[in-house]
Amino acid sequence: MTMKIMVAIKRVVDYAVKIRVNPDKTGVVTQNVKMSMNPFCEIALEEALRIRESGSASEVVAVTIGPSHSVDTLRTGLAMGADRGIHVDYSASLYPLSVAKILTKLVQIENPGLLILGKQAIDDDCNQTGQMIAGLLNWPQGTFASKVVLDKEKQVATVDREVADGIETVCLNLPAVITTDLRLNQPRYATLPNIMKAKSKPIKKFTPEELNVEIKSDLEIVQVTEPPKRKAGVVVSSVDELIDKLKHEANVI
Amino acid sequence: MAGLVQRNPRFSKLNDDDVRYFEGILGAKNVVQDEDKLVAANIDWMHKYKGSSRLLLQPKTTEQVSQILKYCDSRSLAVVPQGGNTGLVGGSVPVFDEVIVSLSSMNKIISFDKVSGILVCEAGCILENIISFLDNEGFIMPLDLGAKGSCQIGGNVSTNAGGLRLVRYGSLHGNVLGVEAVLANGTVLDMLKTLRKDNTGYDLKHLFIGSEGSLGIVTKVSILTPPKLSSVNVAFLACKDYSSCQKLLQEAKRKLGEILSAFEFLDGQSMNLVLNHLEGARNPLPTLHDYYVLIETTGSDESSDKQKLEAFLLGSMENELISDGVLAQDINQASSFWHLREGISEALMRAGAVYKYDLSIPVEQMYNLVEEMRSRLGNTANVIGYGHLGDSNLHLNISTPQYDDKILSQIEPFVYEWTSKHRGSISAEHGVGLMKANEIFYSKSGETVQLMASIKNLLDPNHILNPYKVLPRSLIS
Repeated sequence: MTMKIMVAIKRVVDYAVKIRVNPDKTGVVTQNVKMSMNPFCEIALEEALRIRESGSASEVVAVTIGPSHSVDTLRTGLAMGADRGIHVDYSASLYPLSVAKILTKLVQIENPGLLILGKQAIDDDCNQTGQMIAGLLNWPQGTFASKVVLDKEKQVATVDREVADGIETVCLNLPAVITTDLRLNQPRYATLPNIMKAKSKPIKKFTPEELNVEIKSDLEIVQVTEPPKRKAGVVVSSVDELIDKLKHEANVI
Repeated sequence: MAGLVQRNPRFSKLNDDDVRYFEGILGAKNVVQDEDKLVAANIDWMHKYKGSSRLLLQPKTTEQVSQILKYCDSRSLAVVPQGGNTGLVGGSVPVFDEVIVSLSSMNKIISFDKVSGILVCEAGCILENIISFLDNEGFIMPLDLGAKGSCQIGGNVSTNAGGLRLVRYGSLHGNVLGVEAVLANGTVLDMLKTLRKDNTGYDLKHLFIGSEGSLGIVTKVSILTPPKLSSVNVAFLACKDYSSCQKLLQEAKRKLGEILSAFEFLDGQSMNLVLNHLEGARNPLPTLHDYYVLIETTGSDESSDKQKLEAFLLGSMENELISDGVLAQDINQASSFWHLREGISEALMRAGAVYKYDLSIPVEQMYNLVEEMRSRLGNTANVIGYGHLGDSNLHLNISTPQYDDKILSQIEPFVYEWTSKHRGSISAEHGVGLMKANEIFYSKSGETVQLMASIKNLLDPNHILNPYKVLPRSLIS
């Protein structure tokens, strides 16, 4: 069997960077800020690599959409072990529906048996793209996956989903869309031999026009603001004072 | 340890009048006699040195420190200055019943000049708090070490702490621009300059950098801080032998030049210890190796820095100086590589008893000592070597299930004699403290130590400051 897995990866402000809102409140500061692969995308890629290493798939294709710097993130994906990359070059803002349409087109070109994505990107926290693609392709979806088991013979993926009150297990007929949650796996590091190999792996380039996707949005960002600053705590002198404050100031009891 | 030292009978014993006097200066709240609180201040974090002080003072101002010392000097009450109490040589805890003067309440940042990058702050500021304050301003501390979450800048300066970035930014003798210190008789020395250049007379602030609180208590410092550069890369590498680590260092200095900001090494035994005893530790490489090197670069241009580092690493792989390696792809990965190196101390603590030696030895000979020690001790102990290879600084650690005088006699004085023979230092960055006060001659000539004693006599004639430490007890009594 020669199943192909496609993985979508996104370049975002590094998870460990302290986010600052820009002065005109239209977004966050990204200049001179460390950018890295979205952690959920790393998990998605790791899962694809493990499936390939188990023999259930033959190729992992990493896809990213964004400005030219996104190629750096794609190279990280190739250094982790993806076989080849696709870069859809686009510099302006993108919203989940446009991303979903682009990825849908790429799925139609590449015909993967499985599309794995992070459940959300840590920059916009939309958590929509995977679901939209499943809708556009009319594929089954296993979202918030914490465990994925592939049955090669039956062409079925069994996915444990992290839902509010526990684990829900679903079976999906392939081809399918899976979005990954935090506990699915622990991604590997990029080793030097693999970084070296990644330099010669092919990256195919597209533009949205070439894929016949018109990018428009019915969303407008009105304002971006920082969450309210946490107020400093106070030391209370007695249990009575604590109860009084909880009742009358915090209004929680 | 204290068993080998006699309490100096010239020191007075604390009485109720003393306590009342201190309460008068500091307020009752800042005069601590509570047993539970004293326990923590009486013992070092390795649980190796334990004093029996009955009083902990928490001054809030330099004036209060001055009043405390003036009184103690007149009463011949011995004093131990204490910061974060993270020292490794028994310098920050009382040996007997010394009054503990904690600087923890003097924790204010006084000023920061964004143009020059000069920070002025009180001695009790915790290093990590200063680091995050500076981070917000777009600057970094020239000093970073594993204990940053607890250690205080006053203690760092008093012990001339080295740490992880010394290879790039140099020692505190270069970065500290000014010091305010209180002498034993209560005199406040205002040397809190914020000038990079000041050649007027003797530069006395240096006496308080690294003298471990034996000449005065540092109450404020001014430090030159470098701007925070946006591009940081961390690689964790495996080498097949020690000589490859050395060659890699030489190459890194040439090829990474101005962006090299750390060059650390650990041996396979250190790595095993960390993997077995440190929570969350994970081998970043697919297999185990005999030697590991951590390289950090810091620069201003992400893409050119990365290109430079990758070219260096790939070239070193082709030359077989590196047998495998990983390059952090995000900050989280970089911290997890650092965690392995910085977590060795903690892992050692969890593994049982530990004999720690912090030595400066020429790089070529450094690891021979680890191997000789290993063959001396055989199966009785786990000998590990790690440290700041970029600064020729070896941390030789000997881990045993419990402290055992028989093992100790196998280690000392051998380790000091060996180091002395190779013209090294028996204390690269940890200081002398109680542990090595009598061993100072292994690294300093008799004439030099004699002059140190004269300076001590001049600044602290009654020897009340941090007694039994730093200088040999035969000279100071």
